[in-house]
Amino acid sequence: MSATLRLSAVSKRYGEREALRGVSFEVEEGEVVAIVGPNGAGKTTLLSILAGTLEPSSGTVAAPDGAVRVGWAPQQTALYSKLSVAENLRLFAELEGIDDPRAAVERMLAQTGLDDRCDERVGRLSGGNRQRVNVAIALIADPPLLALDEPSASLDPAQRARLWGFLDAQARRGTAVMFSTHNPAEAQRYAQRLIVLADGELLFDGTPSELLAASGRGAAGALEDALLEFQQGSLGS
Amino acid sequence: MRWLLRKDLLILGRSRLLVALLIVYPVAISLLIGFAISRSPSRPAVAIVDETPPGATVDVGSRRIAISQYAQQLFDQVDSVAVPTRSAAVEKVKDGSVLAAVVIPPDIAARLSSGITQGQLEVIYNGNALEQSLAQSTISSALAKANLGFSEEIQRGASEVLGELLRGGNVGVLGAPGNLVGLREIPSLLQGIITRVPLGRDRASLERIRAFAGFAATNLAASRSVLETVGQPIAVKNTLIQGRRTPLDTFAVVVAVSISEMFICVLLAAGGVALEREENALARLLRGLVSREGLLAEKALLAACCALVVAFVMLAGVGAFVALHWSRVGLWLAALALGAAAFAALGVAIGALAREVRAASLLAFLLSLPLAFLALVPSGAVSGAVNDAIGVISFLFPFKAALQALDAAVNGAAPAIGGSLAHLAVLAAVFGALARAGLRQGS
Repeated sequence: MSATLRLSAVSKRYGEREALRGVSFEVEEGEVVAIVGPNGAGKTTLLSILAGTLEPSSGTVAAPDGAVRVGWAPQQTALYSKLSVAENLRLFAELEGIDDPRAAVERMLAQTGLDDRCDERVGRLSGGNRQRVNVAIALIADPPLLALDEPSASLDPAQRARLWGFLDAQARRGTAVMFSTHNPAEAQRYAQRLIVLADGELLFDGTPSELLAASGRGAAGALEDALLEFQQGSLGS
Repeated sequence: MRWLLRKDLLILGRSRLLVALLIVYPVAISLLIGFAISRSPSRPAVAIVDETPPGATVDVGSRRIAISQYAQQLFDQVDSVAVPTRSAAVEKVKDGSVLAAVVIPPDIAARLSSGITQGQLEVIYNGNALEQSLAQSTISSALAKANLGFSEEIQRGASEVLGELLRGGNVGVLGAPGNLVGLREIPSLLQGIITRVPLGRDRASLERIRAFAGFAATNLAASRSVLETVGQPIAVKNTLIQGRRTPLDTFAVVVAVSISEMFICVLLAAGGVALEREENALARLLRGLVSREGLLAEKALLAACCALVVAFVMLAGVGAFVALHWSRVGLWLAALALGAAAFAALGVAIGALAREVRAASLLAFLLSLPLAFLALVPSGAVSGAVNDAIGVISFLFPFKAALQALDAAVNGAAPAIGGSLAHLAVLAAVFGALARAGLRQGS
């Protein structure tokens, strides 16, 4: 697998407050990476920098081929509620400058399973379906990396399972997926790799089992307890 | 930008209530303001009770002036409602069907004829302080005009009496003997007698009487001119410093159209930008899909085009009822276009600062309404400092410049249109820059 994106010593300051401090890592093609950490850890700031909606104060975000192309799905769905599903997709396909926007819309409708609701206004969709359209817009330009900010936060278990089925299919096609979450079980279940942030610092970068091992709990332990101990220990040290 | 425009048009098309409100509300408000401005000096409804006996007259010399003539002059100044009694008039004032009532008492003719006492009318009004003030000023104005007409009649009668005294003959004054000698004839008649009287005391006395008669005749002739001057001592000559005189009706049209253009443009532009934030789409758009300038330009263009169309249709529609010069249509369009650009820039600046559509709309409304009223306050109607403050505010926002540009375009009023258009262009650039800064700050 080759690197899709490389972050080097990325920092972000808001006045006196340092939201991110020298964060560095790489994301591989088809990798599913969870960013976990307490509130205020810097998860959204990191994803916003990846997505290009925020400029880092220092450090670099680079792609091997030079052009950083990241699909971004913000935590709150960024959709026009008075437009239909297809109209939302078509608008962003056109704005992205895709060669065949009509085909891209049809592809995303098929992948999200929303073909039969393509003419329905987004404002009338359930939270789960709105989130699927939100992610579909992030994917419409076929980016090599998808950045998702707490994608399942407002979904019920069935909607969550359906979203993860969709994201898993994207990863198997080679799209790297980075998502932030407050749910350790979700991170343990769907992510191949964890990036643990606390107070803007990268505390851990590895697989869930490596985190469990590092906390001395073994592979069968609860990731939530391990994360808690790890963060408290690291913060205390 | 094409796709953003298409998207916004689709959203607008699906927000029918919003579109209806955006068009109907400003048009209704502006028409109300227009009517208020153009119709305010119209004749108020006033009940008039004429208690004078039929055929009552005031005698001035040989002239008899009917009191009904005075009543008619009063009727002409107001939308008169004749009522038979004072109590009926009081009822009409109480129920609000008339602004006030005027009672012409039965003894008015006797009082005027006496030459000692003034005639007296009773004015009855009601309501709050504002209504009382309006009734007083309206009735005073109407009575002043009627009094002027009546005093002209009296002055004419007095002038005729003086003429008869100067000419002599059969004077029409009651009780006067026939074939009276005229004051003008006396000096020449006396001169004939004086030459036949020997020098002495009698001749000296006659000389003095002849001198007095000559002096009296000269001064009575002069007093006829004085009477005419006293009837209307000061005449008015109107001088307009700059531009053409604008009829109130066409100025009201310009005000109504400018207000509509401002409301539609500011509300639509502010709402359009704020909607991107409310739908959380702003960050998604600004991460390389659209530039800040492009986004603001698209919102401003959409708002300006919609407002321009509505304003032009209003102007053209009103043109069917008020005489407008269609030869100046190019200037109308220039004034409306620059006005729309400045209003749209103000709107996107408001939208960039507000977080949601409702806040943006409220802010746009709260800002626009006072701006319109301040721009319509006549200079000199308020104290110097307040007038200066109003001038500064009106200069910093586009309404007054847009109003002046359209007034110049439609009515050829001063100041010249070029200055106002340049002012609007500068304001559009300034508010555009503010909007860009606001969008950067907010995102």
